[in-house]
Amino acid sequence: MEISKKEIAATAGATPDLASQELRGAEILIKALQAENVKYVWGYPGGAVLHIYDAFFKQDSIQHVLVRHEQAAVHAADGYARATGDVGVALVTSGPGVTNAVTGIATAYMDSIPMVIITGQVPTHAIGLDAFQECDTVGITRPIVKHNFLVKDARDMALTLKKAFHIARSGRPGPVVVDIPKDVSFKKVPYAGYPETVTMRSYNPMRKGHGGQIRKALQLLLTAKRPYIYTGGGVLLSNASSELRTLVDMLGYPCTNTLMGLGAYPASDPKFLGMLGMHGTVEANNAMQNCDVLLAVGARFDDRVIGNPKHFAQNERKIIHIDIDPSSISKRVKVDIPIVGDVKEVLTEMIAMIKETSTRPDPAALGGWWETIEGWRKRDCLKYKPGSGEIIKPQYVVETLWNMTKDVETYITSDVGQHQMWAAQYYRFDEPRRWINSGGLGTMGVGIPYAMGIKLAKPDAEVYCITGEGSVQMCIQELSTCLQYNTPIKIVSLNNRYLGMVRQWQEVEYEGRYSHSYMDALPDFVKLAEAYGHVGMLIERSEDVEPALREARKLKDRTVFMDFRTDQTENVFPMVQAGKGITEMLLGSEDL
Amino acid sequence: MKHIIAVLLENEPGALSRVVGLFSARGYNIESLTVAPTEDPSLSRMTIETTGSDDVIEQITKHLNRLIEVIKVVDLTEGSYIERELMMVKVRAVGKEREEMKRMADIFRGRIIDVTDKSYTIELTGDQSKNDAFLEAIERTAILETVRTGSSGIGRGERILRV
Repeated sequence: MEISKKEIAATAGATPDLASQELRGAEILIKALQAENVKYVWGYPGGAVLHIYDAFFKQDSIQHVLVRHEQAAVHAADGYARATGDVGVALVTSGPGVTNAVTGIATAYMDSIPMVIITGQVPTHAIGLDAFQECDTVGITRPIVKHNFLVKDARDMALTLKKAFHIARSGRPGPVVVDIPKDVSFKKVPYAGYPETVTMRSYNPMRKGHGGQIRKALQLLLTAKRPYIYTGGGVLLSNASSELRTLVDMLGYPCTNTLMGLGAYPASDPKFLGMLGMHGTVEANNAMQNCDVLLAVGARFDDRVIGNPKHFAQNERKIIHIDIDPSSISKRVKVDIPIVGDVKEVLTEMIAMIKETSTRPDPAALGGWWETIEGWRKRDCLKYKPGSGEIIKPQYVVETLWNMTKDVETYITSDVGQHQMWAAQYYRFDEPRRWINSGGLGTMGVGIPYAMGIKLAKPDAEVYCITGEGSVQMCIQELSTCLQYNTPIKIVSLNNRYLGMVRQWQEVEYEGRYSHSYMDALPDFVKLAEAYGHVGMLIERSEDVEPALREARKLKDRTVFMDFRTDQTENVFPMVQAGKGITEMLLGSEDL
Repeated sequence: MKHIIAVLLENEPGALSRVVGLFSARGYNIESLTVAPTEDPSLSRMTIETTGSDDVIEQITKHLNRLIEVIKVVDLTEGSYIERELMMVKVRAVGKEREEMKRMADIFRGRIIDVTDKSYTIELTGDQSKNDAFLEAIERTAILETVRTGSSGIGRGERILRV
């Protein structure tokens, strides 16, 4: 399908008369993105999206970022969404564009990130005929999206996008795919403006929690002897961090965050017991097992969090669970008081009710509980043997970075593996949305694209990608994008020449048979960074860690790749082995 | 335990595969599934017959509700309901068998809807156990072909599922 010169001239010279305006599908798409206040789109062009790219060319309110691989387009938009709370938008072409994007979409889905992914499709008349670069996008993405659409008629474009953004950001957020055939993006249809509102009889997510349930929950919570507050990513998604802080401070109860929830409650507060779960602290996991009333907020009792469910059920406790998604409640663990609703709204109501009532927690019981917790805390489970000389401890790198940046606006992204756990354990997040990682799907390769997406949104903040030499190579091509769009990020690579977490499991569970977890023939990362036009640093001695980080920080306008040669055999502790209870922790190499 | 779940959903392409995909992705059973538009062509009504523990059934209804195109979900087995299935059975009917088959069809209130000199096609409507019983009652080797629609369900009395 060709655009005639006459038509181009007609489009260029058209006067914006709203009532009788005729626009191409692609132009309506742009109008929709503008109306949704989209500032950035990460994408990669191809045949099926050429009309859309042409429409992008003719506007300048939305910046398009050309990535080097579609997976990274989705990750970057996802990172942007995690850091800002806005809907992240990615644009890819049909066929391989879509299949490359699938990992990114699934990553966002597992962590409930609001996104709209626009995908090109072959023309409607070619669908189903095994056309060039055709794939069943709606079919392939169906299990990994909150919802998806195929726009068959350009007249449906505006309403479909309105629905897509509405679905992505409301209720339990998630990615929505909008598949647009090439002829639909080209076709001219009357356009009467972008709808202001949308109502769907089949989709009305509940926001307010049930008052009676909240009252019952509060009664239980206020009469608890060993209470515990366990919160997850839902608190961040709902922007309820300040409400959570108010609640915890009013009650004086201990609090833990999941990997996805870090930063919701300040890590530097003594009421924070650290992260819980497979690599959680002794105090956080013991409190989970031994509490008598558990308030779960925007968390889903993931297998990495509660360990063996049978072991978890050995201790009796009452569970209150606040979640916007009813299907998260009583999925893995039976809940006594479910509250379906938006975390922010429910916590606000809870706080108001506490102010009204005169019931206060029993100070003696609470004091005793805190004494028990302090006993666990004394174990100081995150203590590690310091390195020196050629032994660089990975934990030390993270801790040094935290010490240096804790007082400025800093975002930390990670990939997946040992470095991710060390970042979660040793970088103490005090603010929400500063810790950006793939918790649910556990996608290696997200670190650089996440950092790149965040840096565009937060140009004045410091953005670090804590990664490993394994993960970083999964999306390392994006160093090129970082240069083109001037998004200077700092890569902190904890390079132990092993796929560290795999190596650790092989040491613990497979008697040290290190099957294919050693990476020989690694590239020279310094030269690689330089080849991409960035700064590379090799750090081989413990005393060089701090000066290197200082130097990198000073290079504000440059992307810096720091290759830290870390202790090859260091393991992440505490560790709960698969199938064990969360209090059955390995605390150090002496437990192996 | 057997459950019959009635689902009211938008009559849109892809809605059925979302439901089926949900069952296969989460490892739930489908014994039978029927779907057709209602008197309002924008709506489809689906009946799913499934088995599972109470916890599993609770998750099934929650996950069905989570699908964007699903409007309402009711587990009919929670109250009193009527279940019907249409079955067509082609049976061998030669010689003495012709009279025998006719009688069996009458006993089960079936109707013979097609006749050849060697076979009858019998139409039966009822709940699944009735249709099962018919197949048990006739000579197994006489069955040439069977087709069943799967159950459709509706609540009794004032139990009404609509938008």
